[in-house]
Amino acid sequence: MTMPQGVQERTTVTIRFAGDSGDGMQLTGTQFTRTSAIFGNDISTFPDFPAEIRAPAGTLAGVSGFQVHFGSEELHTPGDEVDTLVAFNPAALKTNVDDVRDGGMVIVNEDSFGTTDLKKAHYDANPLEDGSLDKFRLIKVPATKLTQEALKDSPLGNRDKDRCKNFFALGLISWLYGRPLHAVEEWIDQKFGKNPDVANANRTVLHAGHAYGETCEFFEHTYHVSKAKLPPGRYRRISGNEATAIGFIVAGKLAGKDVFYGSYPITPASDVLHVLSRYKHFDVKTFQAEDEIAAVCSSIGASFAGDLGITGTSGPGLALKGEALGLAVMTELPLVVLNVQRGGPSTGLPTKTEQADLFQAMYGRNGECPMVVIAANSPADCFDTAVEACRIAMQHMVPVNLLTDGYIANGQEPWAIPDADKMAPIVVKHPGPVKASGGNGNGNGDVDPPLFKAYLRDDRLVRPWALPGTEGLQHRIGGLEKADVTGNVNYEPENHEHMIATRQKKVDLIAQHIPEQTVMGPDEGDLLVVGWGGTAGALRTAVERVQKQGKSVAHCHIRYLNPFPRNLGDVLKRYKKVLVAELNCGQLRFILRGKFLIDAYGVNKVQGKPFLVSELENKINELLSN
Amino acid sequence: MATEALPQLKAKDFASDQEIRWCPGCGDYAILAQVKKVMPELGIPREKMVFVSGIGCSSRFPYYMNTYGFHTIHGRAPAVATGVKVANPELTVFVVTGDGDGLSIGGNHLIHAIRRNLDVNILLFNNRIYGLTKGQYSPTSEHGKKTKSTPMGSVDNPLHPLSIAIGAEASFVARTIDRNVQHMADMLRRAAAHKGTAFIEIYQNCNIFNDGAFLYSTEKDQKDDTTLYLEHGKPMIFGKERNKGIRLNGLNPEIVTLGEGGIKEDDLLFHDEQLAEPSLAYMLSRMRYPEFPEPMGVLRCVDQPKFDEEMTNQVKEAKAKRGEGKIADILNEGDTWDVAG
Ligand SMILES: Cc1ncc(C[n+]2csc(CCOP(=O)(O)OP(=O)(O)O)c2C)c(N)n1
Ligand code: SF4
Ligand SMILES: [Mg+2]
Repeated sequence: MTMPQGVQERTTVTIRFAGDSGDGMQLTGTQFTRTSAIFGNDISTFPDFPAEIRAPAGTLAGVSGFQVHFGSEELHTPGDEVDTLVAFNPAALKTNVDDVRDGGMVIVNEDSFGTTDLKKAHYDANPLEDGSLDKFRLIKVPATKLTQEALKDSPLGNRDKDRCKNFFALGLISWLYGRPLHAVEEWIDQKFGKNPDVANANRTVLHAGHAYGETCEFFEHTYHVSKAKLPPGRYRRISGNEATAIGFIVAGKLAGKDVFYGSYPITPASDVLHVLSRYKHFDVKTFQAEDEIAAVCSSIGASFAGDLGITGTSGPGLALKGEALGLAVMTELPLVVLNVQRGGPSTGLPTKTEQADLFQAMYGRNGECPMVVIAANSPADCFDTAVEACRIAMQHMVPVNLLTDGYIANGQEPWAIPDADKMAPIVVKHPGPVKASGGNGNGNGDVDPPLFKAYLRDDRLVRPWALPGTEGLQHRIGGLEKADVTGNVNYEPENHEHMIATRQKKVDLIAQHIPEQTVMGPDEGDLLVVGWGGTAGALRTAVERVQKQGKSVAHCHIRYLNPFPRNLGDVLKRYKKVLVAELNCGQLRFILRGKFLIDAYGVNKVQGKPFLVSELENKINELLSN
Repeated sequence: MATEALPQLKAKDFASDQEIRWCPGCGDYAILAQVKKVMPELGIPREKMVFVSGIGCSSRFPYYMNTYGFHTIHGRAPAVATGVKVANPELTVFVVTGDGDGLSIGGNHLIHAIRRNLDVNILLFNNRIYGLTKGQYSPTSEHGKKTKSTPMGSVDNPLHPLSIAIGAEASFVARTIDRNVQHMADMLRRAAAHKGTAFIEIYQNCNIFNDGAFLYSTEKDQKDDTTLYLEHGKPMIFGKERNKGIRLNGLNPEIVTLGEGGIKEDDLLFHDEQLAEPSLAYMLSRMRYPEFPEPMGVLRCVDQPKFDEEMTNQVKEAKAKRGEGKIADILNEGDTWDVAG
């Protein structure tokens, strides 16, 4: 294929849209991503927004950003460095420009660089004029004026007209990267169909932005990013929270169970509740509880009565659920507990990502209280991991902590849609009725069936999931220590020790029912880079780069954190050095050291931001060279 | 509720095999006996009943019933019961809680279960003390109460369970007492017949840590003057001689004597448990010993939308509108594109 004149080919491009919270940057980024995904690029996104809904306009605190990495090759991160920054005001420029690569493009809305705007962003001099941006290709666009001009015939008021200016940027960037506009236009029609004036205005401005690119002569050429060579199949763009919700729904269907989702709104987990509440026709019941304690307790009650009980939250909410999780462990009921991690402790950084709740998931309960812990490693992977969490919970009668994080929850990537017909059903058994002929159940009765043994275990130590409503299986469960087999209250010392050991063993045995740990790279060698959760893409990319330099390094990403895969200890011991990369101060490293008595190095970051590939690459090379 | 050709069950059929561990003489025994007596009358098979409780002496209750039972954690029974009832609305669900369990640590869940009008029966055993933890004052203990944790008397104002329930828009509110077993049985029947949250406060004697807390309302020589047994549509009359009544004076209730100053039955307040407006019920809930006789019986019984029913209906409605959800549909929603091999 011959390129038209003035078009340059690029394998990957990173664009960041940044502006005030009210400027519509998330929408602009999402729409550009959508167009790129439909076009056939691989994509990875990173929305980054402030905790305040609308911090004072124009301030540094109010800046909202959306980064999209798209390319013609497989991508696993939203990109370290920004090729093109679109900055809608001085504050957005100030907080984002350091991430632009030297020689990268900075497009600003010059109409928003007045004296007060500059002051709000704490600029002493106008950066558009003082030469401080000389190492970038600076493009000044009077986007506010051009938007007003394009809309001079529109019946909208001036404020409403001004709100269309993000479509100007979207039109311009679409032109620059050769993206057709029709997908955005369709979306505009759908979204604003009921309000034709707004729809028309947005459409007009979108085209004005596109036309501006063609005529302004600022740009020497446009860019072309070819379709990615993804494995064949049908794809859709998905965020981690959407994938998690869909995973829950599909798991319910695969098990023939209604899904009960008890939750209390909290960033960044609320979207899971929002998505699920739209799928009631899939036998999904969503319960917005009065607090996180009620959310988890209602889910436990739902599981007791035969639904797939799920509760979702973020770190502070998980802290509140702690006591009830002990109850779920004690009563050995299926339960999935989603924790979309955010920066902590306390309220911490509500909209930023972190992986610092691993200890909480593993140990955050009173008593000897083991819980299964599994973690998703990318937006699309949230689907598989959510299904897996539900499978383990129901088939092993245990509560499962499912960890994701703000980064993969809000980030998007293409998802190779699985074939519904090829998904294995989740086989769940419930004991059937035992006929009673009346009479008493107090042991001396002659007509009742034998008392039901609620804690009689199978070879996996799993007790029966006997549902209220089933004749002859009446039984009582609770948080007091149980006698094995009968499930009656029992305080005897030996029984307590036996039950603690049994609950632990039951979790340990799950290792026989999960896959072995695999690695990307050589089976043995100089360095194994270990990670878990949402850092997978960055780790994989960094390790691949170092591998290309001919070095002996492999990547091991652990999905099953409790129990660990049965071969993990062996895997770790086959490398001279082990490096554990985490967005916390070394929680997995601590656990691996304790459990496998290996030395392990750490690369850790707690800035509320994901790893950059370069930081990981540097650390890997540093370890390999000494 | 369907009554298939069930073998006629008796109270003892509702007894579990577990040894009862309350102190001898505890009011909880009387409540257990009445519940076991009334359950067979409901015509509901044992396996369709679930007793959910929190933590406290009172919350041991489910262990003693040959039904499904869940002894949960402190204060959270209404939340667990919400999940049980929503998961399977065909179950008949009882919540058993104490004054500490339901109004202290679990106050939040209690009011929210009530305001949602979840179709469960909540039995709050009020002994005005923390029994299980050996005798600290509770949120219903009277001001000045001397207990282990308040040697100089408590400086807390007590909560009044019925006022809380009515404040949360309860659709059924009643009070009864462990010593009046006939009345308790009646109240249990009424609660079971009610659709929506049925809240019963049961005065319960803790003979170990708060013995005699309710003697004023049970002692033979006193009780007729200290309690007002409510009857729907009837004037509010009480007293040994049945000559005292409650009359409204402005917005406040007052005690009057029939015949004195020409006061007739028609001048008295007539009880109406079905009023949409809960003010009368609230006023009754605020009548307290020693200023007033304390109302016993059903203060309020109205029909309101039920949470579990509405939730189930939404699922049905969504299916009717959009069809039964299929896995392939949800997977393939939104913008999709194909990558050729
Ligand atoms: C989280 C938690 N905090 C405290 C306790 C201790 N505790 C158990 S029962 C109880 C009070 C019970 O009082 P009430 O609900 O009135 O029940 P009663 O024993 O009087 O029937 C307390 C404080 C507990 N079990 N769990
Ligand atoms: S302590 Fe009080 S409430 Fe508890 S069992 Fe004994 S008498 Fe009953
Ligand atoms: Mg009490």
